[in-house]
Amino acid sequence: MTDDVHDVPTASELVEAVREFLERDVMTATEGRVQFHTRVAINVLNMVQRELTVGVEQADAHAERLATLGIASEKELSAAIASGALDDRLADVVAVVRAAVRDKLTVANPKYIANSP
Amino acid sequence: MKGIDGLRRLSGGASRETLSFSADGRALILRKDPPGAVAGGLAREADLLRAARAAGVPVPDVVASGDGGDGVGAPYIVMNHVEGETIARRILRDDEYADARPLMARQCGEILAAIHSIPTDATGGLPDDDPLEKYAGVYAMFDEPHPTFDLALKWLRARRPSTTRRTLVHGDFRNGNLIVGPEGVRSVLDWELAHIGDPIEDLGWLCANAWRFGGLLPVGGFGTYDDLVAGYEAASGVEVDRAALNWWEAAANLSWGVICIAQAATHRSGAVRSVELAAIGRRVCETEWDLLGNFDAAGWPS
Repeated sequence: MTDDVHDVPTASELVEAVREFLERDVMTATEGRVQFHTRVAINVLNMVQRELTVGVEQADAHAERLATLGIASEKELSAAIASGALDDRLADVVAVVRAAVRDKLTVANPKYIANSP
Repeated sequence: MKGIDGLRRLSGGASRETLSFSADGRALILRKDPPGAVAGGLAREADLLRAARAAGVPVPDVVASGDGGDGVGAPYIVMNHVEGETIARRILRDDEYADARPLMARQCGEILAAIHSIPTDATGGLPDDDPLEKYAGVYAMFDEPHPTFDLALKWLRARRPSTTRRTLVHGDFRNGNLIVGPEGVRSVLDWELAHIGDPIEDLGWLCANAWRFGGLLPVGGFGTYDDLVAGYEAASGVEVDRAALNWWEAAANLSWGVICIAQAATHRSGAVRSVELAAIGRRVCETEWDLLGNFDAAGWPS
């Protein structure tokens, strides 16, 4: 993400710098619980970087998909499924939901889709 | 007891503590509530461990237990230390367990059959609420819409298995709560979530994707449905309805997803600030993906 106000490094580059520090220096200097939490932190920063890259685009695509169901938000979709208001369009609903979950995994854990049975 | 040696804290924090030590040369484990804890949970666990042992379930031998009215000052259990591995990724990948892995699904089936033969009155106060509605309630408590979970609730409510068996259910029978040696499962731990319900719940929980830890086989990452069911049927004499097993596996995926929401909320509320809990919030979509797979496998929408 770039903007006209802030200097470089960009937010994404700063996150990357912290992640590299954790990978290079902290992982090798720690063990046990702290090292485990360092690994978690590295995964989180990878996730943040991916979200900074594709998040805006994903949000737009999601809004467009929801609009095909006449829905404006996840909250509204959730309520419409629960109330049965979309029961006659379940195939479409599942397709929209699947696309959103795929996008979430693309950011959170891209390997999960490839490794799922 | 004469001499106590090698006292070592294995885990613990704000809640329950686990310590290892040896007394008179015997390796033991102490599980202890924090001072002032309400009696009940650990006393129930001691009853269950004794009843499980009597029913032929491999569990640690309870050496002593108390409600805190004695010198220990809080409810506790002392049990023998069972040597072996509980960490799933080692059990699923290390050479040491290569011979155990192909045996474990059948063993789990046999052990679950024994667990389900434990008398339901082995201890008092076991909850018997409906797991699906329990987690539906927890999901509703959080204002965090997950359309996949709304679909899952609709799907699960429309397809409830028509089982009438009600037994003791372990409630958390999975990788992480099993002590494993090179020959297979040695001991079943963590009886805190035991309750009364449909026994197939335990089989479905063991098959939830979260407990496969990246392994490709459906039963805990180590075995096949056929082996699990064959072990269960041979030991219990009860036929397992595969559709019911699939239903309970999907219900388990939903429950785990809701638990992930709750864990991330523990961080967000400030109750326990932790990068690990925060990260779990972004694992909810894994359970959503698994549920979509469950719908596909069973046919949705119909």
